[in-house]
Amino acid sequence: MVNTQTKYWQLFSSFFKIGAFTFGGGWAMISIIEREVVDRHGWIKKEEFIDLLAIAQSLPGILAVNIAVVVGDRLRGGLGSFVAALGTILPSFFIILSIAIFLTPETIKSSKTLTAIFMGIRPAVVALIIAPVITTARAAGLNLKTFWIPIVVATMISLGVGFASDPILYILLGGAGGYIYHRISQYRIAKRKEDSQQ
Amino acid sequence: MNIYWQLIWAYIKIGIFGFGGGYAMLTLVRQAVVEPGWISDNMFTDIVAISQMTPGPIGINSATYIGFVAPASVNPELSGIWWALLGSCLATIAVVTPPYILTLYSSQFIRCHKDSKAIKAIFSGLRPVVVGLIASAAILLMNAENFCPDRSLSQLLISIAICAAAFCLVYFKIPFKGKKIKLHPIFVIIIAGIAGYLIYGL
Repeated sequence: MVNTQTKYWQLFSSFFKIGAFTFGGGWAMISIIEREVVDRHGWIKKEEFIDLLAIAQSLPGILAVNIAVVVGDRLRGGLGSFVAALGTILPSFFIILSIAIFLTPETIKSSKTLTAIFMGIRPAVVALIIAPVITTARAAGLNLKTFWIPIVVATMISLGVGFASDPILYILLGGAGGYIYHRISQYRIAKRKEDSQQ
Repeated sequence: MNIYWQLIWAYIKIGIFGFGGGYAMLTLVRQAVVEPGWISDNMFTDIVAISQMTPGPIGINSATYIGFVAPASVNPELSGIWWALLGSCLATIAVVTPPYILTLYSSQFIRCHKDSKAIKAIFSGLRPVVVGLIASAAILLMNAENFCPDRSLSQLLISIAICAAAFCLVYFKIPFKGKKIKLHPIFVIIIAGIAGYLIYGL
């Protein structure tokens, strides 16, 4: 196999570069990872990359790190996945660390200029979160049967009523609900077949 | 020392249940760090802004930052750079380790079952929930702390105007040099910061 020649430091430096220069994780990172891994180095074929991407996406956690893990694992096994993940994480870790040292909640509060700047930024951040609500709602293909789900979830979480407002509860319910719905419709189809045979 | 265990546990949960990308994860992060009072909603919003302006995934950025500030905010005895650094490292490791192990050991399983109808069904159930998760993050941050800290109507109106303008800038495509492009969130944050400085800072 050609791919066993991918050196650890090459893997590390590629993902370090990706981690250091991609603003906004997730989808922004995927195209850059693909360019680096598929087009530039030719470590993985495009079809296989899409396959790995599907795996990374179906698992929880930070998408960019998951991709680094599957790509690293595919190329150099366990240590490869570790090196690739470390490369993705380290740049943001160090950048945020250096910001955190200088920009604490107290620094923002005690500086008039910073307070003013962040008072302008905060409503804009809310807008940045509203935009993906609409895009994911459209991508999820909500219909008459499912449009109430996000409304109930958002209302319950926003109300802040203890256990019933824990987002994890709704993630579990959503997964279980999808599965149960699938089983029920399977059962119905089987029953209909049985009925028609009789 | 208790805060460190709490941080680790909070970020392990965020890692395990972090479906649906960075914005959906925000709700989990907010629940885990604002509810126990480690940081304020204001600070949480600022961290989101900082995460958007610096490279890297928002999940890592928030873990590193919140791990840094949480120990001192809970227990003044834990102020000092080394305690903060310890929190940063632990939170960041906690958020990546469970998905790392899952990815490594279940990729074979998923490859075999990726066309399985049951797995597809689970994800079709998760998708509408993810929409609700992101919406709840937006609703929870649309609060008085962020929109009118001094409780004045003029400030509320200015904030709503900034929010609406920022939404239009990120959501709608803008004609630029003959092509239609979407403005990157970084520029929207920079513009909003300049607006804030001009309105409140002068």
